[in-house]
Amino acid sequence: MNLSIVNARVVDPAAGRDSPGAIHVTGGRIASLDRAPEGFRADETVDASGLVACPGLVDIAARLREPGFEYKATLESELGAAAAGGVTSLACPPDTDPTLDEPGLVEMLTRRAGSLALARVFPLGALTVGLRGERLAEMAELVEAGCVGFSQGNAALPPAATLLQAMKYASTFGYTVWLRCEDASLAQGGVAHEGEVSTRLGLAAVPAVAETVALRMVLELMSATGARVHIERLSTAAGVALVRAAKDKGMPLTCDVGMHHLHLSDRDIGEFDSQCRFVPPLRDPADRDALRRALADGTIDALCSDHTPVDDDEKQVPFAEAAPGATGLELLLPLALKWAGQARLPMDQALAPVTHRAAAVLGVRAGTLAVGAEADICLFDPNADWVVTPAQLVSQGRNTPFLGLEVVGRVARTVLGGRTVFTRSQS
Amino acid sequence: MSARASLQVGPDGSLRHLLSTEGLPAAMLHRILDTADQFVSVSEREVKKVPLLRGKSIFNVFFENSTRTRTTFEIAAKRLSADVINLNVGASSTSKGETLLDTVWNLQAMDADMFVVRHSQSGAPHLIARHVKPGVAVINAGDGRHAHPTQGLLDMYTIRHYKRDFTALTVAIVGDVLHSRVARSQIHALKTLGVPDLRVIGPKTLLPEQVERLGVRVFHDMAQGLRDCDVVIMLRLQNERMNGALLPSAGEFFKRYGLTADKLARAKRDAIVMHPGPMNRGVEIDSPVADGRQSVILPQVTFGIAVRMAVMAMLGAP
Repeated sequence: MNLSIVNARVVDPAAGRDSPGAIHVTGGRIASLDRAPEGFRADETVDASGLVACPGLVDIAARLREPGFEYKATLESELGAAAAGGVTSLACPPDTDPTLDEPGLVEMLTRRAGSLALARVFPLGALTVGLRGERLAEMAELVEAGCVGFSQGNAALPPAATLLQAMKYASTFGYTVWLRCEDASLAQGGVAHEGEVSTRLGLAAVPAVAETVALRMVLELMSATGARVHIERLSTAAGVALVRAAKDKGMPLTCDVGMHHLHLSDRDIGEFDSQCRFVPPLRDPADRDALRRALADGTIDALCSDHTPVDDDEKQVPFAEAAPGATGLELLLPLALKWAGQARLPMDQALAPVTHRAAAVLGVRAGTLAVGAEADICLFDPNADWVVTPAQLVSQGRNTPFLGLEVVGRVARTVLGGRTVFTRSQS
Repeated sequence: MSARASLQVGPDGSLRHLLSTEGLPAAMLHRILDTADQFVSVSEREVKKVPLLRGKSIFNVFFENSTRTRTTFEIAAKRLSADVINLNVGASSTSKGETLLDTVWNLQAMDADMFVVRHSQSGAPHLIARHVKPGVAVINAGDGRHAHPTQGLLDMYTIRHYKRDFTALTVAIVGDVLHSRVARSQIHALKTLGVPDLRVIGPKTLLPEQVERLGVRVFHDMAQGLRDCDVVIMLRLQNERMNGALLPSAGEFFKRYGLTADKLARAKRDAIVMHPGPMNRGVEIDSPVADGRQSVILPQVTFGIAVRMAVMAMLGAP
């Protein structure tokens, strides 16, 4: 099946391209840009006038809630949300129930996702069995089953001794260890950033040093083990400074920020708005601003949705009891555009942290429109504004602090391996 | 700030709920204190009852046990002729897995007019206030570390009673500010009422981060902090805080921050000493001070009934 997308504004951040043109697809791969290959006959031609054609988005943190939390969301619902959000590749954390610490579970997940064929799913394996921080998971087996890295998800970091061994073991085989840097004892019981807001509202607090203490330890262990590490959900300005210094020294380090932390701060908690309960907590506006700059200058590699479907019952409780997280797959594109617009960045830089820079973190070939690459393409209207409402969302999780927000940028069509997996009907 | 005012204060300026002293304008605070003035006399009468809330049902819903606070609300409601229903929910519904809102909706279906809520989680009364029917009022009787507005208001009543004018006062709040909902309610009210010199005194482990952003001056030295104070408010130090990571011992705390006659001598001669109760004698306050001529701790309790009557009357009377 041959597909031609014509009259598009073709944006490929990996190539630094933003210009009018066409994309031609054959055999599920990109055959050529602009001029069709010799003898190419399109079975379907899409007129993309007024639309941007960019690589399908790569979201390096999206909870699909399977196995174990199917009442919150299923692969069907969340991969549908991915397609509706223009996301064609995603990594899912291992904090499911049971956790992704057994090859069989990972195989089942990738097989189910493969048969749905709505997005490419790259599981992160559990770093330790049950994420309990005691015993190492079978990393090599898990990689054979399809895992692209190892993480503790939102569970606590293992004690230093266990983490040291885990990083040594992972580095033996060149696996990347994904770590959310938070010192468990400093963060214990905390639900909001330690500062004026937690003081005013009387909420148990997570200090900024919970991140930097853990981050410094991880950097030390990196030096000791040579392990490659990806820092998940960086949240503080001080953390940004540590990552920047480590990168300047040439340490094998990447990191990401969640889109909520890019746009919100603890001030948004207002009067105990449980939609603003996140792990790590939303931090000070100065932290948010440092994260925004670091994403622009490349200190932070990737922007992720940190997609976490949470139902109403888990949010309509006192703030500290509310389940952390929010739905995000369908908001990743508009919120990346919003950040870039405010930072006055051009379109290709807006999309870089959700395409090729995110793919580089995963170590997969995605997020590019290079000839020969898988034809994962997102077509979106960069000028379409819409209001975030529960009815607009495909995800089973309808809770997000952005409900009611007007955003700009709407996916019109998502192509996965040359096959259209989503089109938005014109209303 | 405006959102806070809108949940508590209606568009016509009337009080809809009492959730926090933060966001209540000075005029509203004075109106509550003025109303309480009228009820103080009721409590001194032979027949301590007025028919203002006759036929109204007030549910005391305590998710956290507190006999003393619950009793003061009960007395206040009964003096207003309301029907009072006391529920210790901590012991019933929630242990059966019922959610907070389910519990509230169930009680609302029994035609409650007002909820007096105490909960261990900061913000729980706000959640309830957002989900009750229009016309049903919520009074926060203490939520986590966040607020205890009727206590804050009765403290304002007490200060106004003895000192008249807030705008020339030096007030010190001493002790465990970190865990104290009372301190937060006092700070917001005192700032709104125009106290120019408001201090908190305690070790760094018991003062919340960036507390100075609330408009207070921070002191770690008790003698310095008490100098020339008009009002000294001691906070209760809970047992579980006394020995551990926050404080080495109750004895060491008393030595540094316990209120003794010696330390009180640093304050003005006519300074008043307050405490929200229950007191730990010999931990945060020395007995001779607690029982001394400057102590207004028992009048606080008396005024507390009148202030709670005032709040209930303003919320419940047509």
